[in-house]
This record gives sequence, C-alpha cells and structure tokens, in this order.
Amino acid sequence: MTSVSARPARTTRPARGPRPASGRPRGAGPGRWAVLAALAVLAVAMLVPFLLVALNAVKTPADYAAGGPLALPQAVSLDGIIDFWNRVNFGRKLLNSLVISGAVAVLAVVLSVLNAYALGIGRVRGRLWILVLFLVANTMPQEALAYPLYYIAKAVGLYDNGLALILIFTVVQGAFGTYLLSAVLGAFPREIIEAAAIDGASRWRILWRIVVPISRPTLSVLAIFFFIWTWNEFFLPLIFLISNDNQTVPVALGVLQGERLMDATTSSASALLGILPAVAFFLIFQRTLTRGVTVGAVK
Amino acid sequence: MAVKNPAAPRTGLGYWLYLLPGALLLLAVIIVPFLMNVAASFTRWSGFGTPRWIGLDNYRRLFQDERFWASFQHNVLLIVAMAIVPAAVGLVLAAALFDYIGRKFGARTASALRAAYYLPQVLPVAVAGVVWGWMLHPSYGVLNELLDAVGLGALSRNWLGDPDFALATVMAVMVWFQLGYPVVIFMAGLQRVDPALYEAAEIDGASWWRRFWHITIPQIRPEIFVVLLTCTIAALKVFGPIFVLTRGGPGTATLVPSYFSYLNFFEKANAGYGSAIATVLAIIIVVVAFLFLRVQERES
Repeated sequence: MTSVSARPARTTRPARGPRPASGRPRGAGPGRWAVLAALAVLAVAMLVPFLLVALNAVKTPADYAAGGPLALPQAVSLDGIIDFWNRVNFGRKLLNSLVISGAVAVLAVVLSVLNAYALGIGRVRGRLWILVLFLVANTMPQEALAYPLYYIAKAVGLYDNGLALILIFTVVQGAFGTYLLSAVLGAFPREIIEAAAIDGASRWRILWRIVVPISRPTLSVLAIFFFIWTWNEFFLPLIFLISNDNQTVPVALGVLQGERLMDATTSSASALLGILPAVAFFLIFQRTLTRGVTVGAVK
Repeated sequence: MAVKNPAAPRTGLGYWLYLLPGALLLLAVIIVPFLMNVAASFTRWSGFGTPRWIGLDNYRRLFQDERFWASFQHNVLLIVAMAIVPAAVGLVLAAALFDYIGRKFGARTASALRAAYYLPQVLPVAVAGVVWGWMLHPSYGVLNELLDAVGLGALSRNWLGDPDFALATVMAVMVWFQLGYPVVIFMAGLQRVDPALYEAAEIDGASWWRRFWHITIPQIRPEIFVVLLTCTIAALKVFGPIFVLTRGGPGTATLVPSYFSYLNFFEKANAGYGSAIATVLAIIIVVVAFLFLRVQERES
C-alpha cells in the first residue's frame, strides 16, 4: 500500500519549502476555485433560512405585504418581535427553559460523577452490565416511558411542573454521563488515589478533593451538553407542561406553529426568537463544545 | 501492593453506596415506567379507570394496522434522510474541507464553511420545524416565492399539504438539519490521521478520490459508526419535526411510530394500544443499537 513509502518520504521532507502539503504547485488551475465556489454555495444554501427569518422578522406587516418575503425591509421594525414576545410572555418561557436546563446540567453531572466513581474508580463487580444498563436507559425512546411517567406525575402531584422534567432529564442525561465518565475515570491515575488513601483521606474526600477537581474539563463539557440537550427537548416537555406559564421555549413555539394561527411576520418573529438563544449558547460555549464533540466522537 | 494499601481490603463494598442514588433514580424513572408500559400494552385502557387484560390483542391488531406499517416505512425513509444521506455527504464535505480547502485556502476558510454547515444543528429540532413551517407555508411560504422569482413557479405547491410530497419535504428538511453533525465529527476524526499518509499517497500520484476511498474512509471508520448509530436512533425516535410540520398528515403521509403512539396516548385515549406501539419501537431501537455495536466490535 501507499503507506509503506510514507516513512522514507517523510524523512526527506525538511529539505523542502514551507508549504510541503501538496505535491503540485500551489495555484493548480481554476479547479480549486470551482471546489471552493461549490462549497460556498452550499454554505449559503444552509444559511438562507436563517437570513430570511431574520429579514422578515424585522418587517412590518404592511412592508411585508408590499414587497413579499424576498424584499429587503423598508425599515427595521422590532414591533413584530415585541408583539409576539408580549403575546406569549416569552420572558417567562425563557426563564422556564433556563431553570430546567440549568438544574439538569448541574444535577446530572453530580449523578454521573457519583455513578462513575463507583464504576470507573471503585470498579464494583459486574460494572460492565451496569454500564450496559445505563446505556440502554439512555437509548430508550421516551415514548416507551412517557405514559407511565405522565400517570405517576399526575398521581404524585408533579404534573405540569418543571420539577418532574428536571428529575426525568437528570436521570436520562445522567445515564449518558455515567457511561462516558466511567470510561474517563477508568483511566484516572491510580497512584494519586492510593497516595491519598495512604494519607488517610476517606473515599468521600478523595472524590470531591481529588477526582472532581482533576476531571473538571470533562465535567464542564458534560454540563454544557446536558444544558443544551435539555434546552432542545420537545416530546416530554410537550406532554408534561400544559399551562402557558410553565412551557419551555421549544414547546411554546412548536405548539403555536402547529396551530397555524399566525401571520407571516409574527411567524418569522417567533422563529427568530427560537433561533437567537440557541445561536447565543453556541457562540458562548463554542470552544468547549468543539472539544466536547471530539470527546464524544472518540468514545 | 494490596497489603500496603489501607483502602484495599474494603475494595468493592464501600463504592456501592455511591451507586445507590443513581440506581434508585434509574429504577423510578426508567425501569419501572418501562415495565409499566409493557404491562399496559397487554391491556385495553383509556388511561382512566381499571385496565382490562386482553393478552396479545394489541399486538395482533398492530400487525394488521396499515398505519403502523406505514409509520415504520416512513421511519426507514427518515433513516435515509437523517443518517445515510448526511453521513455520505458529510464524509465528502469533511474530506474536502480538511484535505483540500484547508490546505489550499487555509484553515480559517475551512472552519468558516464548517460553521455554516453546522449552524442548523444548534437549533432545537422543534425550532427548526418552526423555521421550515414558515418557509413552506402554503399561502405566504418563502420557498414558493423563491421558485417564482427564478422562473420555476410551475414547481411551487403546498409542500407539506400534498400527500405525494409531504414526506419528501420533511426528509429534505431533516437533511438540512442533520448535515452539520457528521461534518464536525468527521473533521475532528481526520485530525488524528497521520498527514504522512496523505503526503505519501500524493507523491505516489493518487488522485483525491483514491485518497478519499483508501485513506479517509478507513481511517475514520469509528467516527462513521458513531454517526450512523446515533443518527439512526434519532431517526427512529423522530417526533418534534413531525409534530410541528405535519402532525403526521396529510392523512398518514408522514406518520411515524412516535407520533402514532402519542396520538393513541393523548388524543384517542387508547393508552393500551399506544403502549404496544411504544414497546415495539423500544425493542427495535435496542436491537438496532445492539447490532451496530456488535458489527463495530467485530470490525475492531
């Protein structure tokens, strides 16, 4: 195979110029511009829905009626967005989503740490089967849990209450976290733990003073994932949160869209309000996230 | 070693305590509800009152129900749209960005393009549905206007309302939504491929396509598995876009098992039948995940 010749080729490399990557000269004809153009056209096509939503969300209905969806707005008007915000009490939905997602992020990380401490570092017996159980729990479709959970929540008075969702998603996300973190903690340097144990530190102390601080980068990636995954959830929040005051952002927007009661500008305003927080999180968490996506890919 | 370590004699026992909260929560939130769901699938139950045991009747009815078979057929097509097409296109895009654009135009150009492909992925899937519900609206939809503007007005139609086109339209939306995920995962995977492999192949005169087939694909095989597995499971579970865009309609044109079970649970008061659908779906998903992992294990 070609790789056989790889090593000798590499050793002669330093004699070459600063751009050794391509065998051919750098400006290899118009072909490369054609490739770039094709990829750029695809990128624009992916972004067009975002641009059109933003463009039409800042039009007045009259402006929209006059120029249609493709014209540039005559003037930037935030009326549609403000109207929609007030009509659905959007601030309340944002707060609901933030509280639920934030609580799940923290609690699911704590749960993952406790489980993974026993499985990855404690290496309790039968840990492989326990891990499989957690993995199956995470893959289980929510449809197969939804009705009993709905029934139980009603029976214990947690129906239409964010607490029920916090509890459920803590377990679901924590199951994934347990799986991932057990692998990470399985590779934790044992000398450190043994040294601490010899110094008389209890297991509890070792966990919070040594294991958690050293694993912090992984834990923060997990927390961000849990936050965003919970934010994006739709099925269970749709079932559990029926009153307007308790709904999350995706549920409020999804239900309104399904009812098709809005005109074009209000509809694009609602889409924009759904897009903005998601894009904001993406920008805020981007660095940690790209690292995290890689971590997830290797597992 | 074990003698010197004071923690060693207790090994195993004390750690079980740390598993206790997780085990109890797993039992209460996943295991017991799942068993309740399986039990309910053997009953006729409106969701109120006492369920009546009817054995396998729900499953017998299920396998004769055209809507059930239609919903699984749609699921297969959605696996094409959410797993196979994005993975295949994503593979070409990731390789082109990493090994062509990145080298000829710089890493910045490559990561800007990657970010553009990834952006739909950051949206909650229900919000993606809201965006496309607006784009495809029969009276004020932008897509039809766009077609008119470029002289293809004859193609414009009620994309989500036409039974012949509704599923294809949903599939196209899902390709748009999913594409960025494989691109990002594959590009991350390519980072760990030894650049010397590519250089050597190039010196030997291998074309871009040959390098793609013989280096890129074999080297990032683990990532391809992860993407296909996670996207296939996501496609089997798909609910949000169907709820927001079509509610399974028109007729049963876009019905999927998850929405079908939802309908039975919460709109038709057929909790027993809904539970049977959900149980079958759960079994299929677990089997698919198991098969993927087996194949992956055999490969490595």
